Amino acid sequence: MTNPGAASWSFDEEDLNALTRAVSRFLSETGAHSALIADRAGQLVATVGRPLSFDPMVFATLTAADFSANDQLARLIGETDFTTLFHQGEKESMYVADVARRLILVTLFDNQTPIGLVRLKMKPVVEELTAHLDRAYSRARESGTTQPNILAGAGEEIDELFNW
Amino acid sequence: MSMINYAAREINCKIVYYGPGLGGKTTNLEHIYGKVKPDTRGKLISLATETERTLFFDFLPVDLGTIRGFNTRFHLYTVPGQVYYNASRKLILKNVDGIVFVADSQVERMEANLESMQNLYDNMAEYGYDLTRMPFVIQYNKRDLPNAAPIPELQAALNPGWEPAEATKARVTPDPYHAGQNLVDQISTGQWVERVPYFEAVAITGEGVFDTLKAVSKLVLKALA
Repeated sequence: MTNPGAASWSFDEEDLNALTRAVSRFLSETGAHSALIADRAGQLVATVGRPLSFDPMVFATLTAADFSANDQLARLIGETDFTTLFHQGEKESMYVADVARRLILVTLFDNQTPIGLVRLKMKPVVEELTAHLDRAYSRARESGTTQPNILAGAGEEIDELFNW
Repeated sequence: MSMINYAAREINCKIVYYGPGLGGKTTNLEHIYGKVKPDTRGKLISLATETERTLFFDFLPVDLGTIRGFNTRFHLYTVPGQVYYNASRKLILKNVDGIVFVADSQVERMEANLESMQNLYDNMAEYGYDLTRMPFVIQYNKRDLPNAAPIPELQAALNPGWEPAEATKARVTPDPYHAGQNLVDQISTGQWVERVPYFEAVAITGEGVFDTLKAVSKLVLKALA
């Protein structure tokens, strides 16, 4: 049975490695200490750089909500969306960018890192991530499927999972 | 929108608790948070007003076990029930995999239930989602109150059923949760009607909370299988 709601999507280890490699390079070029990749529904995809001192899943959810709320604000003022958001703190700041309307890249940096540099380097890394995503999608389209359905025929196992 | 992360071996799904204001959506999440083992859940995040009314959403991630080597992680969200907050409510529905409608059983809340159900259909339709074909369950909450409406009355108003989406579903299907009742059956006019599973609950004591969660989660995973 297919879910007639939102489309599901998946990515493999190779896709993930390509994304994290690009983001790692971006971090070292800018001096930003950490980054987090989430999807637009708020599900955490990966964290890169210095380990985070907070729950990244919660952070991903709130970031996606923040982004969605700002999208709506953009529409109210006649824009289609805001592709980036910047939140400035006294010591820590974050720069959030949309990637192909699928993912969100959050960059965390302290006051030693110039915002201008983050902004400057953000554009090429977003383009690179977009190219990776496009390749993953076209590969999936060509092969007709993204991945084998790991839950195919798992009806009984699913029943068993909820047998508590 | 379920997301299968093959690298982390996780299946992530989104479940939204919908319903009228003060119906018990947040209470459902609070009960789940209090009962599941701390290592299988994350923080309960509430974006609420100072008077603890949900402003944007509540969020609770829970792991419900492993299937075929993949951890099943459910992201539970509530929406603000108050009519005023429709813009935020609609945002939360984006990419949803399963819906729990938490109805307030009190007779005097019937209109609020109906209004919220209509609003759910409208918001889903605006995203192009077909609620009648998605994992969807109804919880009749506050069953302990003296002014709770009888279940048949609530069912008739909020879960009257619809024509089965596929012709193959037009056969008597027993309700696994209520002996002697059917989820799909034929009414006196000869028409086939499909209803969604329902649960009676007293969220404040936890009664019915996990039955509801289990049912919707199972439907979500089965939709992927």
